[in-house]
Amino acid sequence: MNDSQTPEFVYDKEGKKHEVVDFNNDNTGSKLGFWLFLFTELMLFGAMFLVFCFYFFRHGSDFVHASGSLNLILGGTNTLILLISTYFMGISLLHVKENKIEKAKKTIYITIFLSIVFLVIKYFEWMAEINHGIYPDSEVLNALSKGEILFFGLYFTMTGFHGLHIIVGIIVMIWVIKLLNQQKISSEKYVLVENLALYWDIVHLVWVFLFPLFYMISFGGVS
Amino acid sequence: MSDLHEKTFYDETHTVFGHHKSKLFQWIFSIDHKRIAILYLIVMMSFFIVAILVALSMRIELFSVGKQIMEADTYNQAFTLHGTIMIFLFVVPGIPAVFGNFLLPLLIGARDVSFPRLNLLSWWLYMFGAILAITSLFIGQGFADTGWTFYAPYSVKTGTNVIFALSAAYILGLASILTGINFVVTIHRLRAPGMGFFKMPLFVWGLYSTAWIQILATPVIGITLILVIIERTLGIGIFDPSKGGDPLLYQHLFWIYSHPAVYLMILPAFGVVSEILPTFCRRTIFGYRSIAISSALIAIIGYLVWGHHLFTSGMSEWTKIIFAFLTFFVTIPTAIKFFDWIATMYGASIVFATPMLWVSGTIITFAIGGLTGITLVTLGVDIHLHGTYFVVAHFHYTIFGGVVFMLFAAMHYWFPKFTGKMYDERKAKRAFYGIFVGFNLLWFPMFLAGAFGMPRRYYDYLPEFEIYHRVAGIGAIITIVSIFYMLYVLYKGLKEGKSCGNNPWDSTTLEWQVSSPPPLENFKHIPYVDFNPYEYEKGKPKNDLTNYIKRGKYE
Repeated sequence: MNDSQTPEFVYDKEGKKHEVVDFNNDNTGSKLGFWLFLFTELMLFGAMFLVFCFYFFRHGSDFVHASGSLNLILGGTNTLILLISTYFMGISLLHVKENKIEKAKKTIYITIFLSIVFLVIKYFEWMAEINHGIYPDSEVLNALSKGEILFFGLYFTMTGFHGLHIIVGIIVMIWVIKLLNQQKISSEKYVLVENLALYWDIVHLVWVFLFPLFYMISFGGVS
Repeated sequence: MSDLHEKTFYDETHTVFGHHKSKLFQWIFSIDHKRIAILYLIVMMSFFIVAILVALSMRIELFSVGKQIMEADTYNQAFTLHGTIMIFLFVVPGIPAVFGNFLLPLLIGARDVSFPRLNLLSWWLYMFGAILAITSLFIGQGFADTGWTFYAPYSVKTGTNVIFALSAAYILGLASILTGINFVVTIHRLRAPGMGFFKMPLFVWGLYSTAWIQILATPVIGITLILVIIERTLGIGIFDPSKGGDPLLYQHLFWIYSHPAVYLMILPAFGVVSEILPTFCRRTIFGYRSIAISSALIAIIGYLVWGHHLFTSGMSEWTKIIFAFLTFFVTIPTAIKFFDWIATMYGASIVFATPMLWVSGTIITFAIGGLTGITLVTLGVDIHLHGTYFVVAHFHYTIFGGVVFMLFAAMHYWFPKFTGKMYDERKAKRAFYGIFVGFNLLWFPMFLAGAFGMPRRYYDYLPEFEIYHRVAGIGAIITIVSIFYMLYVLYKGLKEGKSCGNNPWDSTTLEWQVSSPPPLENFKHIPYVDFNPYEYEKGKPKNDLTNYIKRGKYE
């Protein structure tokens, strides 16, 4: 029944044919499932953005002030890096669709490399704050105003969560490369790569909102 | 009669490793939706029994004024344990995890859910969360004492194992999200050819709305619980007033999930009612479309009403009025369902089998629970009743008198489908009457006690409230004894029940047209479904596809 590759049909009373969806081999279903998963990601980050908005509304000037101490250049570079990496992720999907497996692997390697660069830059940014004594519950931070404490609390939490998503993405990319090597992904069967590309887009999309909220609210204004 | 030689899902299964020799592994690693459902059923019922025994110990403690059997701190942990187990381990997975898993593919004419492996993973996550919660009982300062709502800032400050309870709740939430995704995809992709959305049985509609709530609301509580964990471990200050955080924000985030979550609990239960009623009224359900759409409406409106949990916590007057106003709207789709059900029963020659008795019982108890909800959301009245036993009674009338009653109804109604056997109807009815009487004795006095000012979660009380606690205590004992009796009757049915054929109730939906218990992968030949789910002709099901499913040909 389901292990046969030929599609199964049922006939209605007029004798018309209708195809039965094979639950073991349903790419549309896998993609739909992944979209639903992305909705949960949106709700997850959405709730954090809600918290951010709430405290930004309450401590506007403190937030702007604290934002001034973040490095806009490094943050901007990271935005650009992530943008380029989504481009390569998308290209690799196209390559897989056209069955250019070697090229696809190359572009995924580039994506992995760019994500690692992103994480390294992120590490230096975090360390810059931490070396100034600014990390959750530190004495320096607790001595600052309440708005600044909340800003940095949210900064570490939200960029931390985003970084975690990058790491998960890298792991899945390595897995995809393994499957490409084993020829388990082909131009016939590539729903995993498609879902990975979708995931990578949302990781980028979240950053596109994180960047202005944390880095740019002080831009061109308060010192 | 069912064919005895036919292999059922009890005889053969698929596991994640293909075939496995060990009988135990064939169960705990099975990817068959029916086996996973039974795994859920066993674990959930065990936790249910633990939680009702914890509740009984609380009732004994409150039987008289002063200390009876436990210290005040133990009492705080007891009500937290009771609430956490009941909500996160029993009622939230509840009907969808057991009956949804078992029946969804059968009801829509599919061989399994869309992602069988993910389904098994959900169960394992559920088990992991459960074990984590139970472990925290025995280490450090014991189980959390915050109440199941984990309100900040107390949950940030208390010395008990809050992190364990929160992580457990988070993992259980993840399991719930995965089940939700699985169900939505299954319903979209795997309906039998010909079955449009408005030809699905109403239980599937209930599951569909529930699954959307699971997907869209659960992540919010997930991140909220994680923020509390980060707050406790790193001190980021988001919920800590000394650092500028606002604990009230926690309450908002918590109820953004947890209010939709009560609809997540009740919608599948409504679905069960809509399955049982047409079967025992022997006629098609009144207002099919309005019931289906009202499920979706309840799910949508349920998102917009969370603020009514915070009327006394500090909100602007306008916000309160808006939330109260929106909450009143929930009554409209709910009432539509109720009137549809009553219209189905009106003038029908009803067969009062045990599942139908449970449905009749729940129509009374849930009506009381629902109407007192309207009382509670009325702003002025809520200021008086907030945080009293009135809320406890309201909550239990809806969740026990609605969800758990319907879980019991489903346990009786689909018992022949699960086992191929029939329980003793006379004894099962006796168990129903016991639970029904005990239930009302247990919680009705709480409405009165609450209205007179008895606060919830209190370890001790003024002597004038003793009478209510005494009646409730007696009710608790009757309820629990009857629940055990009911489980015993079902167990007897499993061991000694007569085999009952494929369709003992003369139901019309697809699950009754395969053998009982169903074979592995349910349908040998998937039928073409171009009729409405509840069609009767002279008291007998109008469409019978049994032969088509077996042989793949029309007679």
